[in-house]
Amino acid sequence: MEADLIRRAVLALADGTVLEGVGFGASAKIGGEVVFNTGIVGYPESITDPSYHGQILCQTYPLIGNYGVDPARFESERPQIAGYVVSELCGYPSHETSVKTLDDWLRENGVPGISGIDTRALTKKLRVHGVMPGLLAAADNPLNIARLRREARVAPDPNARDLVAEVTTPEIRITNPQARKTIVLIDCGVKQGIIRALVRRGVSVVRVPADTDAGHILAFAPRGVVISNGPGDPKRAVATIAAVRRLLREGVPLFGICLGNQLLALAAGGDTFKLKFGHRSQNQPCLEEGTKRCYITSQNHGFAVDTATLPRGWAPWFRNANDGTNEGIRHRRRPVFGVQFHPEACPGPTDTEFLFDTFLEAAG
Amino acid sequence: MKKPRKLLILGSGALKIGEAGEFDYSGSQAIKALKEEGCEVVLINPNIATIQTSEGMADRVYFLPVTPYFVEKIIAREKPQGVLLAFGGQTALNCGVALWKSGVLERAGLPVLGTPMEAVEKTEDRKLFNQALAAIGLKTPHGIAVRTVKAGLRAAEAVGYPVMARVAYALGGMGSGIAYTPRELRESLKKAFTAAPQVLVEEYLDGWKEIEYEVVRDRADNCITVCNMENFDPMGIHTGESIVIAPSQTLTNEEYHRLRAIAIKAIRHLGIVGECNIQYALNPRDGDYRIIEVNARLSRSSALASKATGYPLAFVAAKLALGHLLPDLPNSITKVTSACFEPALDYLVVKIPRWDLKKFGRVSKKIGSEMKSVGEVMAIGRSFEEAIQKAARMLQVGVYGLVANENYSFRNLEKELRQPTDERLFGIAEALKKGFTVDRIHELTRIDRWFLHKIKSVVDCEARLRGRRLGAVPQDLLLEAKRKGFSDKQIALLTGSSELRVRKRRKETGLVPAVKQIDTLAAEYPAQTNYLYVTYNGREDDVSFRNGKGKPGKVMVLGSGSYSIGSSVEFDWCCVNAALALKKLGYATIMVNYNPETVSTDYDICDRLYFDELSFERVLDIYEKERPLGVLLSMGGQIPNNIALRCHQAGVRVLGTPPASIDRAENRFKFSKLLDDLGVDQPAWRELRSVREAKAFARTIGYPVLIRPSYVLSGAAMSIVFNEDYLDRYLQKASRVSPEYPVVISKFIMNAKEIELDAVADRGEVVASAIVEHVENAGVHSGDATMVLPPQKLYIETIRRIREIGREIARALEITGPFNIQFIAKDNAIKVIECNLRASRSFPFVSKVARTNFVELAVAAIMGQPVRNRKSTLDLNYVGVKAPQFSFSRLKGADPVLGVEMASTGEVACLGEDVHEAYLKAILSTGFTLPKKNILLTIGGEESKHRFLGAAQTLAGLGYRIFATERTSAYFKENGVPNTRLFKVHERRGPNIRDYIAGRKIDLVISVPNPAKRVEFNSAYKLRRMAVDFSIPILTNLQAADLFVQALAAKKPADLKVKHWAEYE
Repeated sequence: MEADLIRRAVLALADGTVLEGVGFGASAKIGGEVVFNTGIVGYPESITDPSYHGQILCQTYPLIGNYGVDPARFESERPQIAGYVVSELCGYPSHETSVKTLDDWLRENGVPGISGIDTRALTKKLRVHGVMPGLLAAADNPLNIARLRREARVAPDPNARDLVAEVTTPEIRITNPQARKTIVLIDCGVKQGIIRALVRRGVSVVRVPADTDAGHILAFAPRGVVISNGPGDPKRAVATIAAVRRLLREGVPLFGICLGNQLLALAAGGDTFKLKFGHRSQNQPCLEEGTKRCYITSQNHGFAVDTATLPRGWAPWFRNANDGTNEGIRHRRRPVFGVQFHPEACPGPTDTEFLFDTFLEAAG
Repeated sequence: MKKPRKLLILGSGALKIGEAGEFDYSGSQAIKALKEEGCEVVLINPNIATIQTSEGMADRVYFLPVTPYFVEKIIAREKPQGVLLAFGGQTALNCGVALWKSGVLERAGLPVLGTPMEAVEKTEDRKLFNQALAAIGLKTPHGIAVRTVKAGLRAAEAVGYPVMARVAYALGGMGSGIAYTPRELRESLKKAFTAAPQVLVEEYLDGWKEIEYEVVRDRADNCITVCNMENFDPMGIHTGESIVIAPSQTLTNEEYHRLRAIAIKAIRHLGIVGECNIQYALNPRDGDYRIIEVNARLSRSSALASKATGYPLAFVAAKLALGHLLPDLPNSITKVTSACFEPALDYLVVKIPRWDLKKFGRVSKKIGSEMKSVGEVMAIGRSFEEAIQKAARMLQVGVYGLVANENYSFRNLEKELRQPTDERLFGIAEALKKGFTVDRIHELTRIDRWFLHKIKSVVDCEARLRGRRLGAVPQDLLLEAKRKGFSDKQIALLTGSSELRVRKRRKETGLVPAVKQIDTLAAEYPAQTNYLYVTYNGREDDVSFRNGKGKPGKVMVLGSGSYSIGSSVEFDWCCVNAALALKKLGYATIMVNYNPETVSTDYDICDRLYFDELSFERVLDIYEKERPLGVLLSMGGQIPNNIALRCHQAGVRVLGTPPASIDRAENRFKFSKLLDDLGVDQPAWRELRSVREAKAFARTIGYPVLIRPSYVLSGAAMSIVFNEDYLDRYLQKASRVSPEYPVVISKFIMNAKEIELDAVADRGEVVASAIVEHVENAGVHSGDATMVLPPQKLYIETIRRIREIGREIARALEITGPFNIQFIAKDNAIKVIECNLRASRSFPFVSKVARTNFVELAVAAIMGQPVRNRKSTLDLNYVGVKAPQFSFSRLKGADPVLGVEMASTGEVACLGEDVHEAYLKAILSTGFTLPKKNILLTIGGEESKHRFLGAAQTLAGLGYRIFATERTSAYFKENGVPNTRLFKVHERRGPNIRDYIAGRKIDLVISVPNPAKRVEFNSAYKLRRMAVDFSIPILTNLQAADLFVQALAAKKPADLKVKHWAEYE
């Protein structure tokens, strides 16, 4: 009886794995890169983080949706993930700020979800075999599992797409225009948290599309330029890399965040590579090079800067205390630096928010 | 920072309410961390049943009181280079603060490692604390202390309504009240000022969530929060009395990280180095917060957080105290990542406190701002329903989970919800079943709806199962029930089936649980962790169950479960020692236990730890996956022992004594028959099924009789009854007697000695034994008795006979492993009163005093290894005395007298050259202070007065001033003991007891009740209770009081030698 009311859902991976569960959100079939996040809180923030664009997100924490959905916490206007994978979806959220359930929100936005999955087993698979493309289908009718399995095997890798172009702002937007100082923000799929962190510090933020050329950026006479986070392989963001290269030559103070850090490295002449399963969590310890200080950071990235390829004049700034990968770079003399983690948090710890102060001070 | 060579650690002493086994865990981890650094460790802790005081842990152990007096002497003797105060609870911290304030530490040049004392002081002193946090803009509850009604009303305006008027220094929260208007406050204040001169008018945080964070900071200012936790019960209920969930469930990212950031800011400002706990109140309506307190030491919460996350907080805190930095320490679970991180959980844990209030007839069952629980359980699951149902079962209070419980009824559900008792959780489930809405329950309880909806989902699932035949339960529903934590037994009860049939159905349909690891990083990094739990919310096992290469096989050890009265750290000691002994013999060990306050649940004790239920179902689940050589269930006390026979019948290989023998010893009829066959005497007894039968039998054997009902309505389960009148009342009021609920009546022998035999046998042959003598006569529960080893006052003939009986029983029951027999002896007539074929409470005591590890011998015997033991436990050049620790001060209304029901929460034991020295040290270790001048005596009954006369004369001879109540005073005056009569409280005449006790003019109360005149409520009870409430040492047992007086006469404080364990040879 109850079983008949339950919607079925299937997650099929490129390696032939098929996981069956209960559907929620939209009835739809979508493809995407399957990744996992180990954060315990912050699902509305993650779901709206443009860096997840094109990805099917699996939460390792088993109870999701507990406090409903509060639009005030969105990192962009809408859900960015392609699909959502959880162990248990909360049917009765409880929070003063909640306006709707996670289920309703995802349904309204056309995002399918699957619950009742052994998310730990899935996470272990992704850790061992690396993140991989997959298909998520949720439907009111029975699903053809064999066909989904076949389709998943040839599911395209979303990283082959120009994901940044899909999430960047279509036009220039200025926040807090009356402020004295101006910062240009190259939007590769920016999280609202970055804009909020800058605006809180009293600057005007000019948000420009990712392919805006340097001349256009310089026309705003910015004190500095922030290169935002964003989805996908940094090497695909050719136009942005070119612009950053020019800004470097012009001596503009620069601050790269996440994808922005990678773009900075590429523009400087360094290289990036794809991590096996990325860092997507709120508990990544990052050591500041040459100090005894270690910060707990929020992260969401699948690619990293190869420190060995950093050109002269550049130095690693932060290092991951767990796996030793690069977590930030800086120019030895000029006010140009980037971090691989998210100082704006949302979700996650706010320990490194001071970096915005560091940048704005450097920018003058 | 130069590394110190020799360090001193203060332990927490006996287990008591508010300070329990968690400090054995934290102390043990600290010792391991320091020893890893090559430090020599000196430990002071009189709790002999702990792991930390075992061989192979600290280099030197002093079984001495953790008081400034003794610690100062030890410092002078040992000359350590640093002292650690954060690992022994409030006892160690208070002692350390006292030594610091009195300048002892400075004079000795002894630095405190870890959090500086200045920072500790800021967290301990309310005013300094508020000031320190206000200085950096952080909020603490607003409160103003006032002395008049007018000032109170002014204060309330400043604080803002509603306010709580709280009586400062009041006992039991007397006179506290909540006021929403000035008029209500005026009333409330008027009442309060009759009770105390000062009242605190404080903002009332009604319905605010209670949230905790565990924070770690190093000297380089790296600071992390290892775990956050949310209380199920909102503000108003002590966190130790609350159901606690980790991680928090109802906090948004913004709330979680805002509180986290505040925690870090506060802890940096206070200057903590090591580990601490910060507690918040969080307003669910607008997110406003208050910092309630900071504990600058390892705590109950940190033990819970350690087990909840797998992050070894105490170990890391000890390393940080030595000056290490967080990023330099490895994550001991993954071994490849850093300790400077915050664990990501992919499961949740639920802690439920374990109360034992039924043991105390007069204690209110209401829970609130004071701690009453004696232990706790922690359950791990991947759904809330799964975890909380597991936790409910783990309590071992006769429930099968949240629902499907028999014999659970609430007279007034609304009241139960509004004024919580220890049973509220079950009341909520019952209310939901009765049709209360979630909103209504939320209004009554202020518990967040999220939790209530989850409980409702269990109740709904029950409703769908109930009444169906098992065969008609769809597979989806069965799966859902298992994912929501229903046990096979619950499903069986709901479907009219049996536990084994449900199990069969599950296994046939492939519905088996998965074994998951706790790896601190939610599977993000590979981990070699052995820390496991079992869940139905998952399909894949994280570990393989193949035998380790080169190992002779795996052995499963069943732990002791939650601490409760009667089952405490001593069984954890047995389990840990069993695991270590098995490891030494080359076996791989699997531990099953669910008590977060234990060392047995530490990641480095066994090869695999299943933090899970000790139920028949779960033990079988694990057994079937692991396929061990067998299960060792004689070390964890009664909980594992109880499932021995069923495990055996289900095909589990039970190691050691055959389960049929366990049954023969546990079953009253079978055991009685065995004793008859062996020609061993026992007190006359019979099982009776009506009041008439009971009376007739009692008349035949003669009063007094010991009565044990199988159904208890109120008060203690067992009682000594002196006449038919009382028997009548007892059977009508306190219990029930019927064919379904029989009572057992046995002859109670007055003025008999009680003696215990702790022993180990190998295939029926006794290989080690120790005879322990009780100071108190029979009639005092063995767990509350003062024990002496070797015995000092036994006839050779008695000893000979006890050994003989031990040998005969061991042979008859083919015992292989530990066992314990309790005897009573009167004039060389020896009777057996109980026999347990498992390790007993006194195993660590006898093992450590006699320096013969009984558990190690037992394990060798059980595993078929040759057992060698030549040491005698009779022939020692010193004496060990074990004394009970009571927590009566925490249990408002409890009568501090000893009886057949156990009341103590812990124990200590000390060594001395003779019984007097050892006894004085032991009793001082329980918080007793030696009388300076005034002693109040009230001895009930002629015989007792007569027996105590000698002691009274001694006291007078020692120069003590004696006060006594009416008849005691007259009797002693007649017999030449000068004394002053004090009038009883109700006599309303001076000099009155109330003035003397409340004025703390009395240093010691000796109040021995008349055994034959047990009335529910009388002036002697009031006197005893007053003594407890005003923290005046009290003795209530004639033999113990007698020994105390002898010891007082024989020893001065300076005679109490400061010697460490190894110095007693």
